[in-house]
Amino acid sequence: MIKIGYYPGCSLEGTSSDYGMSVRRMAEGLGWELRELEDWNCCGASAAHQTNRLLALSLPARVLALAEEQGVTELLAPCAACSSRLISTNKTLSENPETAKEINEIIEMNYKGTVKVLNVIQALQKHAMPEIERKVRRKLTGLKVACYYGCLLVRQPKVLKFDDPEEPKSMEQIVAALGAEAVDWPLKTDCCGAGLSMSVTEAVVDLTHKILENAKFHGAQVVAVACPMCHSNLDMRQLDVNRRYGAQNLPILFLTQLVGLALGIPEKDLGLKKHFVKATSVVK
Amino acid sequence: MSRIGVFVCHCGENIGRTVDCAKVAQAAAKFPGVVHAVDYKYMCSDPGQNLIKQAIREKKLTGVVVAACSPRMHEPTFRRAAAEAGLNPFLCEMANIREHVSWVHEDRAAATAKAIDHTRIMVEKARHDEPLFPVKVPVTKTALVIGGGIAGIQAALDIANGAQKVILVEKEPSIGGHMAQLSETFPTLDCSQCILTPRMVEVAAHPNIKLHTFSEIEESKGYIGNFEVKIRKKARSVDLKKCTGCGLCMEKCPVKNIKSEFECGLGARTAIYRPFPQAVPNKPVIDREHCLKFQKGTCGVCAKVCPVAAINYDDTDEIVTEKIGAIVLATGYRVMGTDLYGEYGYGKYPDVIDGLQFERLASASGPTDGNIVRPSDGKVPKKVVFLKCIGSRDNAHGITYCSKICCMYVAKHAMLYKHKVHDGQAYVFYMDIRAGGKNYDEFVRRAIEEDGAMYYRGRVSRIYEHGGKLIVKGVDTLSGLNVQIDADLVVLATAMQAQEGIEKLAQKLNVSYDEYNFFTEAHPKLRPVEANTAGIFLAGACQAPKDIPEAVAQAGGAAAKVLGLFSSDELEREPIIARVNENTCVACWYCYNVCPYGAIEKKEIKDKQGRTVRWVAHVNESVCAGCGLCNAICPSKSVELDGFDDGQSYAEIGALSE
Repeated sequence: MIKIGYYPGCSLEGTSSDYGMSVRRMAEGLGWELRELEDWNCCGASAAHQTNRLLALSLPARVLALAEEQGVTELLAPCAACSSRLISTNKTLSENPETAKEINEIIEMNYKGTVKVLNVIQALQKHAMPEIERKVRRKLTGLKVACYYGCLLVRQPKVLKFDDPEEPKSMEQIVAALGAEAVDWPLKTDCCGAGLSMSVTEAVVDLTHKILENAKFHGAQVVAVACPMCHSNLDMRQLDVNRRYGAQNLPILFLTQLVGLALGIPEKDLGLKKHFVKATSVVK
Repeated sequence: MSRIGVFVCHCGENIGRTVDCAKVAQAAAKFPGVVHAVDYKYMCSDPGQNLIKQAIREKKLTGVVVAACSPRMHEPTFRRAAAEAGLNPFLCEMANIREHVSWVHEDRAAATAKAIDHTRIMVEKARHDEPLFPVKVPVTKTALVIGGGIAGIQAALDIANGAQKVILVEKEPSIGGHMAQLSETFPTLDCSQCILTPRMVEVAAHPNIKLHTFSEIEESKGYIGNFEVKIRKKARSVDLKKCTGCGLCMEKCPVKNIKSEFECGLGARTAIYRPFPQAVPNKPVIDREHCLKFQKGTCGVCAKVCPVAAINYDDTDEIVTEKIGAIVLATGYRVMGTDLYGEYGYGKYPDVIDGLQFERLASASGPTDGNIVRPSDGKVPKKVVFLKCIGSRDNAHGITYCSKICCMYVAKHAMLYKHKVHDGQAYVFYMDIRAGGKNYDEFVRRAIEEDGAMYYRGRVSRIYEHGGKLIVKGVDTLSGLNVQIDADLVVLATAMQAQEGIEKLAQKLNVSYDEYNFFTEAHPKLRPVEANTAGIFLAGACQAPKDIPEAVAQAGGAAAKVLGLFSSDELEREPIIARVNENTCVACWYCYNVCPYGAIEKKEIKDKQGRTVRWVAHVNESVCAGCGLCNAICPSKSVELDGFDDGQSYAEIGALSE
């Protein structure tokens, strides 16, 4: 049994509860024991680091310190924004002892820096590859998947030190292990406009359309994501895109849902019914 | 009784800014044995040197300490001055209060105290100095030039035309280097082959030049004037003496689909091949990795068709040893691989190529006979996008330097393209245009104004294929607008890098190289063609990115240095040499094993009857480099190093504890 600490963050408990469901079910299927942190708090993504540096560091630092206290050495943070904030904070604290001291005083804890944060792809690479091929019950043969990384999963390169920030390949390797075909497409790291979703929706519709159209052009039947913001933009905004540019009907799936399906977990347990664009047409 | 003079230099403000030089001189005046101490703004200048000479004569000095810069910089200057005043030059010492003090400290009081300490140490050393006399060694008047590109060719010809012998070693089967691959050259657009190939022929025909192609440096030992270099002549499998270069073997070779290195993968070659038709020597070599005879034991067609029986499948590597007086390094450069830039799709899209590949497309002797066409479908591209600074000046990818030649060759490419495809449009994405050089900026202006190349100041974020076109997404930072071009061909101006594995050669020759593996010059301004190992010189892009005129100029400079060195029959070398006390030596051979120069010999001590009594270590003076390893390792303290003996070292340490 592989024991991993689990930090769902707010998205996986709310707007992206399907991501949360699928992470848990996938973990079960892979034989991981996910231990959700007790008393976790918001990582402060976007709001905090736009306004106050100390707050931006203190919120993730408290999460990391809790994990350390609760005996966690590896912490899974499936949300791309959460993992980005946690990894970034880890780096800042380890490189600046003065700052670490200041933050520890603020959170009234003593974080030593022993927790390693993983996003979903990293966790799968480390604890499921390559033997996942043997655990696949329902091979996704013939399914053409466009792996979409968006901005945060592979950036900032010096902080994350994970995959090629301009031409990543790690999600493709996992998708291929499930028996599906990862299509070669150029817009996998383009921005979906997440930050502007509420304020300049027009721009988001335009960006989303480009991504969806390009994925389809290269033969994708579904788009795989590993970020709640990417998912909501590509899935929820598709109605607006359809209205302006014509129908796309491209289902957007979390990577965890694809893995779950391949492991033979029922669709309803993976939250597939919660999507705006139904995946049932392609995933049977 | 010692009579030491101390001379403290301000080095303008270099030392004076941080060190109170007058105070150092005052303190030095009180050191035991010091009879004279002064400070001066520029001790290395003529009036400064006169201060030293005058004091030696008037105060009858027995030793001199100059507290100034590193001895690497001016020790020869001050020793010469001392000698001119009649003092043995090895009684002149330097205390380094610039590199070791003023440049690395800020606190004036502490720096001054440290400068005083350094001076005290060297005064103690000078008090224990003994006069030494230079050792004369003969000079082998043969130069070794490593690398047969334009820089190596130029250096070899210049030395050979100066009536000295040259051995030219090239690792490829032919000399010519990258210049042989180029189409036309900036800023005059003369044909590269037309100006290069006659020089290649001249090299081959020159009575003073011995050429070793398909060869590499195996080992080097010795020192200036007296190197001994082992050269590995790789098995060519073709007897150069018998072969007439008729080419029948290449015609009949059944393995025809190997990507040609010379054509940068855009053309094919056979397994027995010469890199290009104008190769020197114009004789083939067998590529054993692809040859059926070597891989499967079959075929053997080349041997059957050769009319002069020149094919030798049993050929083996041969090591030749050459005695050399001076070495010129001209190993050139390589073009950076493009795997750092996955977003540009090099390797994935056949119509994304690098600058050297474009040269082959544009070259009359290239795989397309000079027609600029797309590698994918052979169609003439109507829109070509050139991307500059691919790798260069990119901190994120670890290459911070400017490759220097790309601004010029991209302008040339844009021009050549327009001259061949009149209805075509060239686009160039640049960071800055760096066209310093005679007629260089004018050349770039011509590309823009007369040949209509469209220059955008900005970077490209991504290139991908869409509907048979390469979509280039970039930004024009001058207008602030995004630019998208549906191109037919994309050319990446990738960075110029040092040759792969060049650090191994550097270690064999004991020359230093920088963090990018470019060889380091002895002084960036005043000794730009010398390596910091005596007797080794630098030419061309192995030192830093350079274009042809610069590489040729530096090669000429290196050749002049070699000819200067060869102008006398003997060289004076420093008498810093180890000596063995034969009475105490116990022949443990620690020194023999540790000496990097092979200078320790085993010597027999015989009695009157000629019987061997015992063995002792002996130093070969002409080979010893004075590194001191034997001195340090000797367990019975039987080895001393002249100029750095144990008494002096203890005196120096003792001075610090006062």
